[in-house]
Amino acid sequence: MSGLPAPSTDCAPVLRERGQREVFCGLTGIVWLHRKMQDAFFLVVGSRTCAHLLQSAAGVMIFAEPRFATAIIEERDLAGMADCQDELDRVVGQLLARRPEIRTLFLVGSCPSEVIKMDLGKAAERLGQAYAPQVRILNYSGSGIETTFTEGEDACLEALVPEMPSAETDAAPELLVVGALPDIVEDQFARLFAELGIANVHMLPSRSAAQLAPVGPQTRFLLAQPFLTQTARALEDRGATRLDALFPFGAEGTTAWLHAAANAFGVDEMHFNRVVAPGRERAKRAIARSRERLEGRRISFLPDSQLEIPLARFLATELGMQPVEVGTPYLNRAQMAGELALLPAETRISEGQHLERQLDRVRTDRPDLTVCGLGLANPLEAEGLATKWAIELVFSPIHGFEQAGDLAELFARPLRRRDVLEV
Amino acid sequence: MQLSVWTYEGPPHVGAMRVATAMRGMHYVLHAPQGDTYADLLFTMIERRNARPPVTYTTFQARDLGKDTAQLFQQAVRDAVERFAPEALMVGASCTAELIQDDPAGLSEAMGLPCPVIPLELPSYQRKENWGAAESFYRIVRTLAEPVARLSRQERKPFANILGPCALGFRHRDDVIEVRRILAALGVEVNVVAPLGASPADIRRIGEADFNVVLYPEIGDEAARWLERAFDQPAIRIVPIGVGATRDFIRAVAQQANVDPAPALDDDGSRMPWWSRSVDSTYLTGKRVFIFGDATHAITAARIASEELGFEVCGLGCYNREFARDLRAAAKEYGAEPLITDDHLAVEAAIAEAAPELVLGTQMERHIAKRLGLPCAVISSPVHVQDFPARHSPQMGFEGANVIFDTWVHPLVMGLEEHLLAMFREDFEFSDEAGASHLAAHSPARPAHVPVPANEVEPDTATTSAWTAEAERELKKIPFFVRGKARRNTEAFASEHGRGEIDLTTLYDAKAHYAR
Repeated sequence: MSGLPAPSTDCAPVLRERGQREVFCGLTGIVWLHRKMQDAFFLVVGSRTCAHLLQSAAGVMIFAEPRFATAIIEERDLAGMADCQDELDRVVGQLLARRPEIRTLFLVGSCPSEVIKMDLGKAAERLGQAYAPQVRILNYSGSGIETTFTEGEDACLEALVPEMPSAETDAAPELLVVGALPDIVEDQFARLFAELGIANVHMLPSRSAAQLAPVGPQTRFLLAQPFLTQTARALEDRGATRLDALFPFGAEGTTAWLHAAANAFGVDEMHFNRVVAPGRERAKRAIARSRERLEGRRISFLPDSQLEIPLARFLATELGMQPVEVGTPYLNRAQMAGELALLPAETRISEGQHLERQLDRVRTDRPDLTVCGLGLANPLEAEGLATKWAIELVFSPIHGFEQAGDLAELFARPLRRRDVLEV
Repeated sequence: MQLSVWTYEGPPHVGAMRVATAMRGMHYVLHAPQGDTYADLLFTMIERRNARPPVTYTTFQARDLGKDTAQLFQQAVRDAVERFAPEALMVGASCTAELIQDDPAGLSEAMGLPCPVIPLELPSYQRKENWGAAESFYRIVRTLAEPVARLSRQERKPFANILGPCALGFRHRDDVIEVRRILAALGVEVNVVAPLGASPADIRRIGEADFNVVLYPEIGDEAARWLERAFDQPAIRIVPIGVGATRDFIRAVAQQANVDPAPALDDDGSRMPWWSRSVDSTYLTGKRVFIFGDATHAITAARIASEELGFEVCGLGCYNREFARDLRAAAKEYGAEPLITDDHLAVEAAIAEAAPELVLGTQMERHIAKRLGLPCAVISSPVHVQDFPARHSPQMGFEGANVIFDTWVHPLVMGLEEHLLAMFREDFEFSDEAGASHLAAHSPARPAHVPVPANEVEPDTATTSAWTAEAERELKKIPFFVRGKARRNTEAFASEHGRGEIDLTTLYDAKAHYAR
């Protein structure tokens, strides 16, 4: 990973560290993926810890029966008293009998299932044959030894790519937007693409996991999320072309992202400007209020979701914040080249994590705002450092013109709150 | 393999974390992959702790597996000891590290560390959170406690340890305050409270106490049993939740300490008995209550419900099998069917079947009750951010009983209000659907989109052709919060007695049949 050749737009050297990491594993993505794909079920094959993580990350147990569950591996499975594959067949049977509306079942690998080398690919194939054509059964790994937080979505979408039908070779070029977005954001983008005159726009994932978009050499895809390295590679392997762009955060990021599509589909420049102008202006107006509070303030990101670099770019270029350290669990230089080029030169980029040293740097830097995980936020607040929970940036609608103001507000609110409180 | 949607307990290493986090001067090095660090947020977010749990994770990755994860573990131990300089160190593995068998105990022993090391073997694929907490606390006590010669009782006050309160415990913080208050009233001095707030140095002198008070057997009893044997410290195991249990607890402590129980028994802050005897509480009589939680809280709740509020216990269960025997005995005593399961779907089915008027449970049952449209109060872990209120809100002692009275009764329609609702029901300004004015916060009127259990469907739309129009009208005159039950009872009665049609006579025959 670190051996990738650095593109010419390379910025300051990257601090690479290894040590304790304080991040979620890829299983966490299930929390938003199951909401997005309403006909899909996620069955984690793992331990009680996996079940406990999902429950804790989901925050509250609000759903009668969510579309995710854990097949908890027990002593008898490990001791060879029961065959893990037979047990899994039994659990899947139990589950599908209970939830007949499920059309796609993801078997999700975990740390324990990876370590005992349980072959979920084989299981998915076997079970897929047994339950075809009612249920499609796929597998991916969300294990923490292989995936960090949002990489779980990457692995899930990568597993969907081979299932996508092949586009006709003589088909007109089609646009594919890749990355789970809240429905409302997806609809806003769909309206903009339609106004631009880009007719065939598909989403991955779509709201129904059973309805997959076609893919082929005529496919042009835009990444809506900055953590989809493997999915992008799988799409490219099927002949699709990635449209390089800034990620759609803020007025400028969203404009650049839409522009990449407009260019690829030969949209007239005047027409493009006409279509995006209202949204872009609204976004700028919405941001202005937060800008007063955020301008000149210093911000550090602890590694979490890989959203850190595009968000730091948005905060630096559109809100006048000064990024101090921008940590990311994994840096995809090719996809991030445009983003990195816009970050102030003195920004410290770090990849990977050595938690204790990083916290030492935060204490030395004393940024005005630190973006970090839930485990660290209150302790840092107690040390007098204002924080923003990173997970809210993943769970809230933040993409596109209409959400730019909300995104800015997410960063401004902790600071405003500090100013308001007199206790 | 077990299919699990929600779990009542986390894995055993989370229990160990709860003990480590409860203590001062302790550190825990956990051989675990990065995802396991989620457990920190339980403490910082749910309990709102203002410091990270004292836990270092090795966060090994797939690429480390082929190489030396053992060396990674030793490095993490070295770094943690250097940075945090703990008085004692717990070491262990989470579920994944257990599979790679790196032997944290042996590895840390070989390092010659400057502090005592407590190795933990917590079988993740067999055991759960409470067991992990109890085992960890026992190992800590066993490793650190030093034999001491106690002074003769003539020369000093009696001395007791309070065992069991822990991080992420259901109201443990406030319970300790109440129990300390009782012991102070009795003239018993507290030697050590552990694990909550204890340092390894405190554990070392745990043997100085004359006896132990075990507040939460799920966490404290394994250590207490060892101290009984090794240090000849008797244990008091009465859990003082409820007025009766508090009185029993006070008498037991007084007897053990050889002091007069009266100063603690005569607590004029004990309002619960009068609140329960006052006439407005009459309507509580015989309310059917379904109880589920950890065994300790469920069993104590059953006694309060039955003896102190005059409820009828229609279901009693716990999720921790380790205490199944105690729970079965209690269920027998209160004439309820015991339910021992950690499958929340089974609990949901049992609640729906029992059709209680009040559910006392965990956050899980709170959600179940919400779906079934039943009032509910939370009595036990697993905990939720709501279970760490800013105010003092104990469960134990007389004040705990006061708190419990309020907590359980407020979700119900209040006595006088119940009568008024019946009185005004026919008024055009009044809508049944509005419910009682104070109830929205606890059990909001059933939202339209929630699927209603078939037997609760309102008559106009349901397939209840067996009801005559007149009987249907009569049924509507019954207050809405008991109407579902009246309908069920009447239908059960009708089918039992082979009455094809439900008319007024059947309705009132059924009412007489089920009269209590």
